Amino acid sequence: MSARDAILNRLRHRRDGALTAPVSDFSVVTEKQWSPAEKRDLFQQKIESVHGEVHRVRHDNWLEKLKHLLAEKQVKNLLTPQKAQVGLDVRAELSESDIALLAYDQPIEGWKAELFSHVDAAITDVRSAIAETGTLVLWPDADQPRLMSLVPPIHFAILDADQLKNTFHEVITSERWGATEKGGEGMPTNALLISGPSKTADIEQTLAYGVHGPKELIVLIRE
Amino acid sequence: MSHNQSVKEFHPRVHNAIANPQIRANFRKAMDGLMDKRQQAFPSDDELERTRELAAAIRLRALAKLPELLEKLEANLTAQGIKVHWAEDGDEACKIILDICQQKKAKSVIKGKSMVSEEMELNHYLEKHGIEALESDLGEYIVQLAEETPSHIIMPAIHKNTDQISDLMHEKTGTKKSRDVEYLTAEARQQLRERFEKADIGVSGVNFAVAETGTLCLVENEGNGRLTTTVPPVHIAVTGIEKVVENLEDVAPLLSILTRSATGQHITTYFNMISSPRKEGELDGPEEVHLVLVDSGRSNIYQDDELLDTLRCIRCGACMNHCPVYTRIGGHAYGHTYPGPIGSILMPHLVGMDDAKDLPSASSLCGACGEVCPVKIPIPKLLVRLREESVAGNSDHANSVVKGRGVKRNRVESLVWKGWAKMHKHGGLYRTGTGLATVFRGLVPSNLGAWTNCRTAPKLAASTLHQQVKARQQEKAAQDKNQGEPS
Repeated sequence: MSARDAILNRLRHRRDGALTAPVSDFSVVTEKQWSPAEKRDLFQQKIESVHGEVHRVRHDNWLEKLKHLLAEKQVKNLLTPQKAQVGLDVRAELSESDIALLAYDQPIEGWKAELFSHVDAAITDVRSAIAETGTLVLWPDADQPRLMSLVPPIHFAILDADQLKNTFHEVITSERWGATEKGGEGMPTNALLISGPSKTADIEQTLAYGVHGPKELIVLIRE
Repeated sequence: MSHNQSVKEFHPRVHNAIANPQIRANFRKAMDGLMDKRQQAFPSDDELERTRELAAAIRLRALAKLPELLEKLEANLTAQGIKVHWAEDGDEACKIILDICQQKKAKSVIKGKSMVSEEMELNHYLEKHGIEALESDLGEYIVQLAEETPSHIIMPAIHKNTDQISDLMHEKTGTKKSRDVEYLTAEARQQLRERFEKADIGVSGVNFAVAETGTLCLVENEGNGRLTTTVPPVHIAVTGIEKVVENLEDVAPLLSILTRSATGQHITTYFNMISSPRKEGELDGPEEVHLVLVDSGRSNIYQDDELLDTLRCIRCGACMNHCPVYTRIGGHAYGHTYPGPIGSILMPHLVGMDDAKDLPSASSLCGACGEVCPVKIPIPKLLVRLREESVAGNSDHANSVVKGRGVKRNRVESLVWKGWAKMHKHGGLYRTGTGLATVFRGLVPSNLGAWTNCRTAPKLAASTLHQQVKARQQEKAAQDKNQGEPS
């Protein structure tokens, strides 16, 4: 008998008999609801508490703010999406600037060394965000691959205030992340929750940022 | 298991740890901090209790449907292109991973944190077969440099302070000696980045495996888990069979209570959900993803209604953070992969009671572990159950699934307790026995083994409680009689 069959067989023929599943009451999660303004404030408070940097901007001035931040952080090159609207806007705005606009336009194998050592910052949009925990939700794809939000030392994320949800549970249920057979969309290759820059407390519980991922996470909330 | 030192050394190890002021200080400071942070993360008792109820119910539901959920997980992962393997024990799991490495002609493996891989001693196994296995979680990296094992399931290097880590990194990697944690962290980042670029295979653990969607979830702060599961061309995830949950929505409350219980964080920096290898057109992520499901005694625990609760665990470490014994002796003194209260109820099943017989007794039964457990595992009750199992005779727990049951049984001790039980069931015997004990009380030795190492031997009273009550009643009757007569 294969290990698989032997294990499943033992689990099926339980000595103490079949088990009954208890009811799960999700009300403690679903009752958490805030107004749009509260959600924005809570998101900001939570992500700032873990060293995330937040700027509230408007749809008509966010590019100005971004340019200012890029200068302040002395960013020489910026990994920018080629299809997402955020990427198109940034490309249009910065085409004349002296910041080099990089594109993730080939498989990682072709430019691993460059991505790991020579990219100053990356910018991405987000799918949604979570107020309760100060969390960005990303579904990386071919235009904004997985390593974009991870390898460069600075990650700029552009969030629209109306993308804010109350809880992770609300994100999963309202965006129908569940199984396709239950009417859900099904899951992408990789779904990510990001709440602040990379950090560790493995040396005597002292917090240090940027241990493997970005040292800085900068969120522009467009209202 | 090679690094699990002999159980015979348990007591000397405890003595050494207690006599080491550095270990005492490092753990005291860390555990005080963690308890404090957890408390702040749960400002509302009502919310905490209801979330614990929900989390426990979710885990119980997953266990109630375990075989069908494992099959569903396997079917979904397979359909999405992730290859699923099953292993009866750690050795089989190591072999499966080695086979994949050899097929891929892999020379180097980079690892995200995985306690199951510690349990099966994967690093040693791979290295024995000429494959380098490098830990990339900072704490695990430090522990690996020191050629030690983790002393805590969440914070592997918690037993070391900054000076010790600085000296270690200086000696092994040539960094400057420094108390600057930012500097040490930045150096480790640089050293490990080079290794990530070159690694052939990434190995990670799994926090939750979602059956409904075929999704592997990983919780972390550093980003090394994301690098491990994204940069190398092959990703192998390894996990215990109990880690499966039914639905995607189940993950939300579990994640919330896991991070808050573990380190008092409202959420970790990254929650990484993987459902397939790189798809056509995607530009990064592994081309190949494997999941190795390991049993290692878990399906045995599953047989027993009481022991089953052990499998609810989501590995937050709150039980050790709040354990007065763990805080004083540290993780290494236990001598096993999982230290602290959860280790004491889990290890006897993973390695057998023969090798873990002292663990269920390494507790004061104060109850703190059970009170803080986010999935309400009755840890103290299970410790008592395993103590019973460790001294069980043929007729006690006759159907037991505990390997090595009765290993601590001592004929004299069991006879004494049998006599004790008989005496307490028979009034005449009880009165005669306690009466004799008071008569011969002078013969009680002052040395009663371990009990009197740090206590004085108890002294029996000159008369039994029964005798004293009887005497009082007689006295009172006599008084009443006297009062009743005219003076």
